[in-house]
Amino acid sequence: MVTFNRFTLANGLRVLVHEDAATPMAVVNLLYDVGARDEHPEQTGFAHLFEHLMFGGSAHIPNYDAPSQAVGAQNNAFTSNDITNYYITLPASNLETAFWLESDRMLELAFNEKSLEVQRNVVCEEFKQRYLNQPYGDAWLRLRPLAYKVHPYRWATIGKELAHIEQARMEDVKSFFTKHYNPSNAILVVAGRVQTDQVKQLAKKWFGPIPSTNTYERQLPMEPQQQEARREVVQADVPLNSIYIAFHGPARLDEGYYAMDLISDLLSRGPSSRLYRRLVKEEELFSEINAYQTGSLDANLFVIEGKPLPNVAMDTAEEVIWSELDKLKVQQVEPYELDKVKNRIESTMVFAEMAILEKAMNLAYFELIGDADKFNHEVERYLAVSAADIQQQAQQLFRKENSSTLIYIATPHAR
Amino acid sequence: MLDRTLPPAYHPITGFDLIKPAHLQFSNGLQAFVFNAGEQDVVRIEWIFANVFAQDEQALLNTCASELLLEGTASYSSKQIAELVDFHGAFLVPEYGYDQSSLTLFSLNKHLSQLLPVVKDILTDAVFPEKELATYIRNNKQKLQVSLKKNSFVARRLFNKTLFGPSRYGSVPDIADYDRISREALLALFKQQYTPSNCTLVVSGKATDEVIAMLEGLFGDSWPAEGGSAPVDTAPAISGTTGLLVVDERKDALQSAIRLGYQSIQRSHPDFPGLQVLNTLLGGYFGSRLMANIREDKGYTYSIGSGLASLKHSAFFTISSEVGVEVTKATMAEIEKEIRRLREEPVEKAELALVKNYLMGTMLGSLENVFSHADKFKNVYFSGLDFEYYDYYTDVVNAITREEILRLANTYLDYENMIKIVVGKYEA
Repeated sequence: MVTFNRFTLANGLRVLVHEDAATPMAVVNLLYDVGARDEHPEQTGFAHLFEHLMFGGSAHIPNYDAPSQAVGAQNNAFTSNDITNYYITLPASNLETAFWLESDRMLELAFNEKSLEVQRNVVCEEFKQRYLNQPYGDAWLRLRPLAYKVHPYRWATIGKELAHIEQARMEDVKSFFTKHYNPSNAILVVAGRVQTDQVKQLAKKWFGPIPSTNTYERQLPMEPQQQEARREVVQADVPLNSIYIAFHGPARLDEGYYAMDLISDLLSRGPSSRLYRRLVKEEELFSEINAYQTGSLDANLFVIEGKPLPNVAMDTAEEVIWSELDKLKVQQVEPYELDKVKNRIESTMVFAEMAILEKAMNLAYFELIGDADKFNHEVERYLAVSAADIQQQAQQLFRKENSSTLIYIATPHAR
Repeated sequence: MLDRTLPPAYHPITGFDLIKPAHLQFSNGLQAFVFNAGEQDVVRIEWIFANVFAQDEQALLNTCASELLLEGTASYSSKQIAELVDFHGAFLVPEYGYDQSSLTLFSLNKHLSQLLPVVKDILTDAVFPEKELATYIRNNKQKLQVSLKKNSFVARRLFNKTLFGPSRYGSVPDIADYDRISREALLALFKQQYTPSNCTLVVSGKATDEVIAMLEGLFGDSWPAEGGSAPVDTAPAISGTTGLLVVDERKDALQSAIRLGYQSIQRSHPDFPGLQVLNTLLGGYFGSRLMANIREDKGYTYSIGSGLASLKHSAFFTISSEVGVEVTKATMAEIEKEIRRLREEPVEKAELALVKNYLMGTMLGSLENVFSHADKFKNVYFSGLDFEYYDYYTDVVNAITREEILRLANTYLDYENMIKIVVGKYEA
């Protein structure tokens, strides 16, 4: 149980406080309701590039990192297709420094040309390191546009291509800031050895004066129902053949979300899971195989990803994956197996309460999707899923016409 | 009116409190350290075994023994072990390190009585079934093929190999090495290495008397000590190479993985904490000289960093990054420049003060829950030290001067003598 207090400033900033006196530290977590899905299709990768620029100095503080490190803080941030999340962990006695730093960059960035130029390069190197200079690194650059034709999830957070990042201009940076970096578009969570009154006073002092500007209204195109199986085969200079099958699944707030998540656990979580046991250990067809869902706010992808052994034809590999998926459609999962994946959910939630940063991030995220208190009721949502729900969700997911298959054929020296 | 140019007052961090473990010795000689704290009904139990090496120090055998531990005993099959652990929502994780192999159980307290007997069976009666070994070898050969296409992975291998020669620390497996692993060799190693006198038990979390009694019942009296004494670990012969440049050219590389470094001092050396401060200045945090210059000024890389690792019989210092192929040489030149600056120019007062505060703050932050207190203990215990080390560390960090940093840089940072590994393109 993660307890919290909540209040909203006049400018619309939502603030949550989780008091935990067991740690000498405090966390300030600031979630902005903007991600890669809010980008223009011709300017992708911008939300993430912008996250880098947030460390390039603000209106009254020329350098973000140095004053943060000077009080013993550690800070970082991440961008996803849905959100941009900044966090700073520091000795609780220096809490106010985090308010000073975070509020100034919400008020106004320095918009420094040198920072833009350098961070464009840094992000291009990140693009190469993670997506281009690795075997299979471009899988998601291929899989997203194969599965999504309309919704902005069709591009990765890093962006569609290097050129979009290279072409980012200062005027784009400014308008992105004005559009998305507003108090009413953010959720602030303060956790650790802190008190609600103290946080209230600091929030009013530092964030209170930030003017509320117009709120951005998100209007994203809905992905139409997929009508036909899609497939892309790539000859690439990779050491092994590899297969990815992606299915459209429920959105985060849809009823079916929990059943979908449990299906990924049944198939792939832990050494006793179905795909590993059957296809790696018993039938000896794959060297590795995994299933997961993307955990996005809008309609998700459910993905199977595996590397068949060299003596296994790709057709066979594909057939056996489908045969495992079909089992979930025709046969209800036994109570023992369903209990097993639910037990894992329960223990994972207990472990998640051992770190203040994790608690703070969860509170912010669940507040974004409706109510932070939902985090405390997540386990119940999973426990309520029945074998019939699983079967029904499997039938919904695992249809050929709902699938996008990406295959890598290992071809030495192919480009 | 709020003046946003003025930072709030800074409150210095002068020290931190460490949870001291209760020390127990079971009747079979096993040493146990218990950290009983925390709110949640969870516990982490680690069985840590000193690695025992054969004459040729092929670390792959020890790695395989560790990774195959859960693949079956005389009483439980691989599948049964997996089911039991998963059903109880637990995590049972074998891990191989340079000096120790460990098995770690994360579990809710309420399931321990179901899980501990299985762990006991694994640690006393693992049988390494032929079929599971064959599966493991087949799959790991596949995985290694993929890893060998990653420049950073290859750079780390070349670095270890060049730095430590054919010793346990420099031993990196090639694909063919997997075929030489036999069940007999695994069983022989298992018998030697997984013994009570070679085991240290570290328990953290809600480690109640009940938990300890359960552990003592299973891993004390009823786990008889072997007849002989604990295996003696003689220091490996390390043929040190210095100054060598190794280039592994990759035709289509967009980035080069670079790794530089050499052997250094261990945690037990009086200069170790001071060298950690120096390492932080050079490449140990986001605001370091290397990050500020090579990422934040030049934009050559997504990340660059340096680190200091203390092992049982050696230690090493390393700098690593992945950089655009066209700026590989330029990056090396900047690294050389930053090292020279630290050797020639006294560090700015403000920069040194910042790093001191940063180190004290992160030390405090690294003690977030009871597990991290146990980790701090392991760091010193396996270096033959005790908690006094952290008092010494705190004193050194708080007192270190610009002159001392200069001395340390001139003693421990020498670009010329570092081994330099480049995987990608050097002459682009």
